[in-house]
Amino acid sequence: MVGNAKRWIYGLMLMALLIPMIAACGGQQQAQPTATTAPAAQATAAPASTEAAPAPTTPPASELASLRGDILIDGSSTVFPVIAAAAEEFSALAPNVRVSVGISGTGGGFKKFCNGETDISNASRPIRTSELEACKANGIEFIELPIAYDGLSVVVNPQNDWVTCLTVEELKKMWEPDAQGVVTNWNQIRDGFPNRPLTLLGPGTDSGTFDYFTEAIMGKAKASRGDFQASEDDNVILIGVAGDVNALGYFGYAYVIENQGRVKPVAIDGGKGCVEPSFETIANGTYTPLSRPLFIYVRKEAAERPEVQAFVNYVFGEEFTAEIQTPEIGYVALSKELYAAIAKRFNDRVLGTLVKEGEEVGLTLDRYLGK
Amino acid sequence: MSAQEQLGVKAQTVETNVDRGSGNLKWRHFKGKILTVLGWFSIVFGLGMLLVLILDVVNKATGIFSGGTNWLTWEFFNNFDSRFPARAGAKAAIYGTLYTITLTILFAFPLGVAAAIYLEEYAKDNWFTRLVEINISNLAAVPSIIYGLLGLQVFVRWFAFGRSILAGALTLALLVVPIIIVASRESIRAVPSSLRQASYALGATRWQTVWHVVLPQSIGGILTGSILAVSRAIGETAPLITIGALTFVPFLPRNLFDVFTVLPIQIFNWTSRPNDDFRALAAAGILVLLTILLTINALAIYLRNRYQKRY
Repeated sequence: MVGNAKRWIYGLMLMALLIPMIAACGGQQQAQPTATTAPAAQATAAPASTEAAPAPTTPPASELASLRGDILIDGSSTVFPVIAAAAEEFSALAPNVRVSVGISGTGGGFKKFCNGETDISNASRPIRTSELEACKANGIEFIELPIAYDGLSVVVNPQNDWVTCLTVEELKKMWEPDAQGVVTNWNQIRDGFPNRPLTLLGPGTDSGTFDYFTEAIMGKAKASRGDFQASEDDNVILIGVAGDVNALGYFGYAYVIENQGRVKPVAIDGGKGCVEPSFETIANGTYTPLSRPLFIYVRKEAAERPEVQAFVNYVFGEEFTAEIQTPEIGYVALSKELYAAIAKRFNDRVLGTLVKEGEEVGLTLDRYLGK
Repeated sequence: MSAQEQLGVKAQTVETNVDRGSGNLKWRHFKGKILTVLGWFSIVFGLGMLLVLILDVVNKATGIFSGGTNWLTWEFFNNFDSRFPARAGAKAAIYGTLYTITLTILFAFPLGVAAAIYLEEYAKDNWFTRLVEINISNLAAVPSIIYGLLGLQVFVRWFAFGRSILAGALTLALLVVPIIIVASRESIRAVPSSLRQASYALGATRWQTVWHVVLPQSIGGILTGSILAVSRAIGETAPLITIGALTFVPFLPRNLFDVFTVLPIQIFNWTSRPNDDFRALAAAGILVLLTILLTINALAIYLRNRYQKRY
């Protein structure tokens, strides 16, 4: 009885010893075709492209169903909801194409992208010069495609009855580095504001949202006071503002739509009067300077693969772009004209970026309409 | 310490029974009672907090107390992630967690036990052995994200495993191996040396002694320690995020080199979405993770009771 149990245990241990070895040996053979997705994908792309010439627009359903391959996407957590939704819908049309989306932040995403580790990189800001150089050093070329607008919303508690609109100057007064420890009361922001302590909440310093907000308000990325409650989780900011009459915070417009009544968005005066964030004001550019375009970057080699072409064309097609403004995604769609021009930009394989570093704030997308 | 004191007190009271005032003894008994009450309070407080948290999670996931929606449905186990809470499930994450943890056990257990046997039974007590021992103890205390960085460079980049289940399992295996070594060594050391001497006296070689005497005696403790170490790895998020485990994976892995996601990452992602229903889904995910964890711990207790021997 005991002897049996002993044998059983030892057998298990021996198996435990052997299986990794077998797995490792088997793995070595498999590693060649599938380990690194990039070369593997190229290998599958070559025969596929000979039998079916790359289609310029979304291929018909029958053709989508026959596509296979892996598409690896990573980058900004802000762009994640759009691309994950696209991947979800696309996988219903093309069940054999496996699209996976990661969250590494815009900067972390570009690091992997310029290392050739991913096919598509999500970015909540245009690529920086340093990242361009990293890509160039590794011979990575890309197609830059704006996908939607996001409006950063400044929010206060619904019971806050003294703020309906803030100027950029007033926001700067609250958030600039010099305000640290000095500006602590609402009555320091504007004459007539009540004598109440000012509680500030915002995204952490690793987030692209923080980068953009500081750039737009202070004129310099990452220039911010340090004594505010920072969180990478926007829900923490939401709960903080919803629970404190004196609080002010900022996050993406999607959180405002999903939590109406819990927080109150503040209109922003960027020099041309007070404008409240809404789908219309973000899309037509009047909600400045806190609306920004979101991007995806497609690696040139990946763009040669039929499954990537089908996916990107699906993302910019009318069927999916109509979904972008639904509450489940919560971003602002670009104009139909722009989407058509951007799809053409992809299908013509126009390489490189159209945005220079420093142009991010108030960026309009007219330049993507073509010459 | 209190036990020693009590012993001392007993010995004294026997000798100086008559001299001691009984009031003093009462005071001591009273002090003893205070300690008992404090101990009880600590246990009740700790367990009570845990109970409240678990009940809250159960309620959020199933709506069983407050009559809300039940999110722990068949769809939750059989659907992939979605932007619609009603359609979202944790299938990829549950499979990813099970695959990763199985592989981690297969890698870490033999390696850890073999290292422990070597250090306890074979290694000479010299500076090199001591260096290895110190480093293993230190490794057991290194923050898990450091292992993630190591795994990213070694397994993902150098070995070119990509962001695969294999790379994830190897990274987690690195994380738990030091803990398994430490636990296994404790267990091996607890085997009385008289048993080894007896084995040698019968003419057994060192390996025969290890295989037929030491391991059977210590296997209960080794298994318990290893399983507890592995259950730590199940909840790890940081190293897997670092090596690039993905967040949205709408398919099951087909082989060891496929990308994957795990429950802690899925739960973390759901808690950060704007729609409040995703928090309930996260609670459901937490329940599933807890169930897996408790099952594994129960297995550890069962194995310990079955194979542990006392002398």
